[in-house]
Amino acid sequence: MVREIAIEMRGITKRFPRVVANDNVDFGVYKGEIHALVGENGAGKSTLMKILYGLYQKDSGQIFIRGREMDISSPSVAISQGIGMVHQHFMLIPPLTVAENVVLGQEPRKGKIFNDTKKAIQDVERLSKKYGLKVDAQAKVQDLSVGLEQRVEIIKVLYRGAEILILDEPTAVLTPQEVEELFNIMRSLKEEGKTIIFITHKLKEVMEISDWVTVMRDGKVAGIVETKKTTKEELAKMMVGREVLLRVEKNPPQIRGVVLEVKDLEAVNDRGLSALRGVSFKIRAGEILGIAGVEGNGQTELIEALTGLRRLIRGKVTLWGKDITNASARKILESRIAHIPEDRHKRGLILDYSVENNLILGSHYRPPMTKGPRLNFKKISENALELIKRFDIRPADKEIQVNSLSGGNQQKTIVARELSRHPQLLIASQPTRGVDIGAIEFIHRKILEERDKGEAVLLVSAELSEVMSLSDRILVMYEGKIVGEVEPKKTSESDLGLMMAGAKSSDQVIRQSGDREFPDTPIS
Amino acid sequence: MWQSVFSLVMVTLTIKISIPYILAAIGGTFSERGGVINIGLEGMILNGAFCAVLATWYTGNAWAGVVAAVIGGVLTALIHAVVSIRYKADQIISGVAINLFAIGITKFILKMVFHSSSNSERVVGLPFWKIPVINKVPVIDTIFSTPLILLTLIIIVASHIIIFKTSFGLRLRSCGEHPQAADTLGVKVNLMRYAGVLISGGLAGLGGAWLSLDQHQFTDGMSGGRGFIALAAMIFGKWTPLGATGAALLFGFAEALQIQLQSAGVKIPTQFIQMIPYLLTIIVLTSAIGRAVPPAADGKPYEK
Repeated sequence: MVREIAIEMRGITKRFPRVVANDNVDFGVYKGEIHALVGENGAGKSTLMKILYGLYQKDSGQIFIRGREMDISSPSVAISQGIGMVHQHFMLIPPLTVAENVVLGQEPRKGKIFNDTKKAIQDVERLSKKYGLKVDAQAKVQDLSVGLEQRVEIIKVLYRGAEILILDEPTAVLTPQEVEELFNIMRSLKEEGKTIIFITHKLKEVMEISDWVTVMRDGKVAGIVETKKTTKEELAKMMVGREVLLRVEKNPPQIRGVVLEVKDLEAVNDRGLSALRGVSFKIRAGEILGIAGVEGNGQTELIEALTGLRRLIRGKVTLWGKDITNASARKILESRIAHIPEDRHKRGLILDYSVENNLILGSHYRPPMTKGPRLNFKKISENALELIKRFDIRPADKEIQVNSLSGGNQQKTIVARELSRHPQLLIASQPTRGVDIGAIEFIHRKILEERDKGEAVLLVSAELSEVMSLSDRILVMYEGKIVGEVEPKKTSESDLGLMMAGAKSSDQVIRQSGDREFPDTPIS
Repeated sequence: MWQSVFSLVMVTLTIKISIPYILAAIGGTFSERGGVINIGLEGMILNGAFCAVLATWYTGNAWAGVVAAVIGGVLTALIHAVVSIRYKADQIISGVAINLFAIGITKFILKMVFHSSSNSERVVGLPFWKIPVINKVPVIDTIFSTPLILLTLIIIVASHIIIFKTSFGLRLRSCGEHPQAADTLGVKVNLMRYAGVLISGGLAGLGGAWLSLDQHQFTDGMSGGRGFIALAAMIFGKWTPLGATGAALLFGFAEALQIQLQSAGVKIPTQFIQMIPYLLTIIVLTSAIGRAVPPAADGKPYEK
């Protein structure tokens, strides 16, 4: 049987001021298949898809849609050709309803001027039913969960008559259950004959859902393979260009005394709503305590409270028995608590500063980085050279501005700075968000090294596999509370996912007995 | 004294004072719903007021003045639009510049045409419409016999419908909330923003026409901070035409109260009585500010 080709891109090249994002890329997709497009951050997958969707213009190359060459000069051309894109960052307008978000730009009308709200709602409900999306057309988008928001995006695309759907990293923000539901939706779309391009860097998902895979590396195509004829390891190798250790190798923990103890923490978020509702736990030297949870369940506020960036309303924080509740950020830093913040641009780096200067932030006010009232430039430079070497920050140039580094190297800069303070407690929040596999591997190794040196590590991550593979114990946070504690080896990702969604407590998942040293650890 | 405060005179006075506030506040609503902050309302009112008198002076027809005021407001707004949409300049600075520009240009032309630095010659005003039956009912009579009040009434209702019931309104609001999202759906963000700002200029200009034609002359700086009070009304009205109208009426009432109290000879120093509208504005804004959520992309230039 000759299969119909939905899309063919030939020799696509796209240059940006500093990089060649796409270098002579060939890409093709058959009608009715789920085609995974994988590669590390910066490999050029999103750029390629933005060209296909008309958000970027190619410098050279050709695009054929159903065999006809097209010049896609804007998203509206792409939409008229039946191409729809669900962006990684949702393009939704929170105060508007689902129906309004869906029809925006192509509103059904009563007469020439007025919106036909009724028809809009009916259209959304029809699409929602057809593909099992279960979305309330009249709800305001701001009241929806992330998983539902994504479905609104999918409905938006379908409403515009899309036959070819581009999903840009759709699973990055979902819980395991939501991912499963998304995959079901993708399967039902495929059954209806839709073509799906699925951008991701999670190889497990590629193996589960896709029919074909195109791997990109450094702006070029590194391989095109049929999913059932390949393995995760082979794909990882294509992505990185060398063998990658997908599993984290770690020694059994050498646990010593309690480093940090927090009791009944309560705090409010930026909107003044209760974010922490009585959080208690202990971290011991030599262990990694992971905190799993869907984002927005109090993890951010917890980290901020522990690092002196948010006031606690109630509760007590002690470090080696010493009270540090609501201590200033500087005092906490001087108590040798290091912090890898969740948003490196907001809190981790001063983007316009050089690598060298970023590497001394937090130590900049005291010897050895100062000499009397002046900065000690010799010392600062030595410090930079040493850390750049030890943490393999590329390019190895201490003068370069941090904002011209890749995400992975920016993150390595933060890790280098924080670990150079010889912490006794490392608080790492989303330490590998948006960095490439190579850097993930490196950062994971560094975190494990700290643990093996006998430091305590608090790890918060939305990446379940990261929490599972690094942690010695995992606490699950849900709506500002710790709803359970599990041991990674004895728990499946799906059980953890259910706890994260508030559906199960750890009592139902497993009753972790063994040598429980912490009878006072709350299980909500 | 209380008689004079709670009288029909007071109601008509409140309405008359509120008209420029209502028009400019609804104008501001259009602009900010599209994502462009319009501090320049003040200047647009002033230019509108001046254009109204100028055109009426030359033509002898106050209706020509009204049209000129709207055009003057739109042209002033066009400067703001080009600077802040096309050149993505800071919208606050652009707005302030427009206010200063309006003070200067009106004074300059005032001197050139009327050879006075304080006020213009007197011009004719708009006619009063005598409508049978209705003209026997107080208040209602004022509304229906004064063309601009009637027009304002229509504008209030029409604005509500345009912003909340039409595709144009939906698109305009989407540009003020999340222009990137609107763009990906093929909404022409810049076009919508131009529309919002120009409409705001037209309405503010109309408010200016009311001011000068009501007094049959232009006096230097006659906008007197009304653009800023209108901005406060827009915020207090949560960026909706009906809310802005309500807030404008409240501010209008405070000003009417101030006038009535002064003429009733209350034994409070006039300076304090004159503070009433402004104090009220401050109190209302501080109590409303927590709840009033502006359009998310208000004031942010859109870059792809």
